[in-house]
Amino acid sequence: MEEVKESHQRRWIHLRKILERPGPFSHPEFEPSSDVLDFILNTCKILIIGAGGLGCELLKDLAMMGFRHIDIIDMDTIDLSNLNRQFLFRHKDIGLSKAQVAANYINGRISGCQVVPHCCAIEEKKDDFYRQFHVIVCGLDSITARRWINGMVLSLLNYDENGVLNQSSIIPLVDGGTEGFKGNARVILPGMTACIDCTLDLYPPQVTYPLCTIANTPRLPEHCVEFVKVVQWPKENPFGVPLDGDDIQHTTWVYERSLERANQFNIQGVTFRLVQVCASEVFKLASSCCTPLNNFMVFNDIDGIYTYAYEAEKKDNCTACSNIPQSVDIEDPYKMKLKDLIDYLCENVKFQMKNPGLTTTIDGKNKTLYIPTIKMIEERTRPNLSKTLIDLDLKDGQEIVVADITTPTSVIIKLRYAINDVEII
Amino acid sequence: MSSPAPKSPEQNEKTKKYDRQLRLWGDHGQKLLENSKICLINATALGTEIVKSLVLPGIGSFTIVDGDKISEEDIGSNFFLEKESLNSSRAQIATQCLLELNPDVRGDYIDESVEHVISNTQNFFKNFDVVIATALPEKTLIQLSKHLWDIDVPLIVCRSVGFIGYIRLQVKEHTVIEAHPDSESPDLRLSTPWPTLKQYLDSINIEQLDQKEKSHVPPLAILHYYLNKYRNEHNGQIPQKREDKEILKQMIRDSGHSEEGNNRFVLEENFEQAIHYANSCITPRSIPEHVKVILDDDCCINLKQHSSPFWIMCAALREHVQAEGELPLKGTLPDMAADTMSYVTLQNIYRKQAEHHIESVYRRVQQIVRSLGLPQDYIAEDEVKYFCKHSSEIHVIRGSCVANEYHKANPDLTFDLEDPDSLIFYYVILRGLERFISEYNAYPGQLDDQVEPDILKLKAIIGKLLNEWGCSNILRDERVHEVCRYGGAELHSVSAILGGCAAQEVIKVITHQYKPLNNTYIYDTITSTSATFCL
Ligand SMILES: [Zn+2]
Repeated sequence: MEEVKESHQRRWIHLRKILERPGPFSHPEFEPSSDVLDFILNTCKILIIGAGGLGCELLKDLAMMGFRHIDIIDMDTIDLSNLNRQFLFRHKDIGLSKAQVAANYINGRISGCQVVPHCCAIEEKKDDFYRQFHVIVCGLDSITARRWINGMVLSLLNYDENGVLNQSSIIPLVDGGTEGFKGNARVILPGMTACIDCTLDLYPPQVTYPLCTIANTPRLPEHCVEFVKVVQWPKENPFGVPLDGDDIQHTTWVYERSLERANQFNIQGVTFRLVQVCASEVFKLASSCCTPLNNFMVFNDIDGIYTYAYEAEKKDNCTACSNIPQSVDIEDPYKMKLKDLIDYLCENVKFQMKNPGLTTTIDGKNKTLYIPTIKMIEERTRPNLSKTLIDLDLKDGQEIVVADITTPTSVIIKLRYAINDVEII
Repeated sequence: MSSPAPKSPEQNEKTKKYDRQLRLWGDHGQKLLENSKICLINATALGTEIVKSLVLPGIGSFTIVDGDKISEEDIGSNFFLEKESLNSSRAQIATQCLLELNPDVRGDYIDESVEHVISNTQNFFKNFDVVIATALPEKTLIQLSKHLWDIDVPLIVCRSVGFIGYIRLQVKEHTVIEAHPDSESPDLRLSTPWPTLKQYLDSINIEQLDQKEKSHVPPLAILHYYLNKYRNEHNGQIPQKREDKEILKQMIRDSGHSEEGNNRFVLEENFEQAIHYANSCITPRSIPEHVKVILDDDCCINLKQHSSPFWIMCAALREHVQAEGELPLKGTLPDMAADTMSYVTLQNIYRKQAEHHIESVYRRVQQIVRSLGLPQDYIAEDEVKYFCKHSSEIHVIRGSCVANEYHKANPDLTFDLEDPDSLIFYYVILRGLERFISEYNAYPGQLDDQVEPDILKLKAIIGKLLNEWGCSNILRDERVHEVCRYGGAELHSVSAILGGCAAQEVIKVITHQYKPLNNTYIYDTITSTSATFCL
């Protein structure tokens, strides 16, 4: 008996109607034919970041939309509290790799599907790994990881000698996330449309939260934890001693209070529906059957169901996608210490770094100012933290290379002193 | 502030498993969910996606009604039907696969068409909390919606065709206690302090405090002190206009600076917060308009023996408001810069007063319950507690029956149809699609070589419908073309979005928390836009 060509099987009949017929709202470049489904089934490679509740939903949705070459990356293992939203996991899977279990489940359930799991951190994979995908989609709720991936797809862009972007180096990034009580879904065409860092002001700063934010308008579960640690613990002092992060009783107390607080402010929840929007966008991008979301959609279902789509603007001076050194205004370099500069990079809305390392060039020689991630260098450079910028020989216009876990590449900042004629004493 | 001994690090399994959603609707919401029974009619991809999103958070039970056998197309779009089960009962296999998701949930199925069930089983739908219907033919939909309207069981009708989605919620009356508004100002009552609060705040004379004490005094005490001062200087008036509030704020600002060397002054954080609260929290809290309307509702004034707990509590609230002039105090104090002692004292004062109000309302509830001849435990004190705490958020929806939309001259779409870009046109097209299916027993565009002729047929049907409704035919042709192109295709990712949304509406209906859709929702995946219409 002759095997029916895969893309002609009846199970794909729903997709075939959409992909083999012309439609008035199709993308101008869309050419309906059985080749489109063939591309989705056999050629198109998708990467899903995260195999938690959101990643699993994405994986199922994409596999059901005909994608078969899907890679999924997550370093975590399955925990009991994951079971209710992560429908690909069962009680017996507790302790196993999320990516592995999710991949096995889908490969067993949907014939022809070849999901490849990667049980590691996204930072462990290099550009060659990321370069092989047609679309990357985020199924996680971590701004840091999201910014890292954003930096990665930006670093994969290449430009010709005239500085014109090579279109084939663009890997679209689709992302869904929560921002306060609302959620959003977005499509990023790196180098062309607004990237994650272009709209960083939508996300609250990561490292230190202004007290008013964590107390009155917590927008993230982290806010609640922070509030309990900074405000509630000292106020209630439940065990009569300072908070000890290694004491299980203490951490449980903080966890429970944070939960109550998050409950009170009703955080979480809408993200699930946003990844489903993302799956449709991946399908639109891969098939060109209609124009993708341009480029930002807000979703809220506290009062009825509400969505709003708009075009977020690409920032000319974006730290991630503009290729322009970022000026940092320094009021008084005689007073500003390196530590203050680092705090600024962490707290400023535009940078929102986590744990930056700084190097520069002085008189043609490389100089390490501070590297927090390598123990030996950290110890050696720690004294620099309390030195002022002048003490460190940093001049007006000095360029400093900043590395941070929010980006796989680095950001160049340019110091701009308000006081002119600085004399090195 | 109470600080109970921490629970053991081993939380009970259920709390841990449902951790995330407990944050969303609390223990009491979860309990309602766990006791709920829902019915799904037709295990399409959309139908099973909805049930999936209800099984995962732990509804009590579901029943699937579906007489169809599994086809290859079903397997291509529905994740919960496996390829080995071709030609088996769709209801049975979907039930089995969905039950795998959560051992706490019960589920069963009826391998019969809904038409069969309606005509053969009396009172079948009576025991469900919500009925979910997908892919219903027009005639069945009308019949079912009338029946569920009569027996007062909420119905949610969903449709997923190509890139277009439709959700319609039918509830006769739905009441919400916890609406979870996006933002609200704290309930502080500084302009009308009750005696205990007044006594406490009066005892703090801001201007006699030393610098250190001053920096730890609660913002409420600061605001109270200067509000009194302002009133003394302004014939007992409370600042109403912006300029007046500015005077009050300036008084606070002037006294709240502390010196920080080199003649640099900084405003203490607690003074800053006092200024912040001066913006929103000193105007007397009037009863919100939407609450007044509810308290004046006929259901609230003329209670009957079958009145729901909600309306009995509203009647008690009405009495309370008539006696006190204000809604019950929320009793929660926002976090503020203050020393622990005074913060805890203040919090206790607020909590005690709120408890006092709850008691007052609860007493009235009990009286009403008694006078209606209902059992004493008809309404639990806990219910009254939530009700009082959220009395400014209460909300009532009175819906309409889907079948009404099928009467001649209904619905009135003239207004919405004025905007040529409005998504209401997809509603019109979906109505045309339903009619097409009843007339031709196929989706428009189902067969590849019939797309063009079907466009003409569908346009004719829609023209007739619009004519019946008294609307001029101004439909954009390409939208009709687009829907015919779909040929009834159901895209999994579109059904997943709709399934998630519809399930959330079902949860809102079951928990009486958050405001549900009122009443028709259209989602367009092509443009990633959506709109709500009240039909
Ligand atoms: Zn950017």
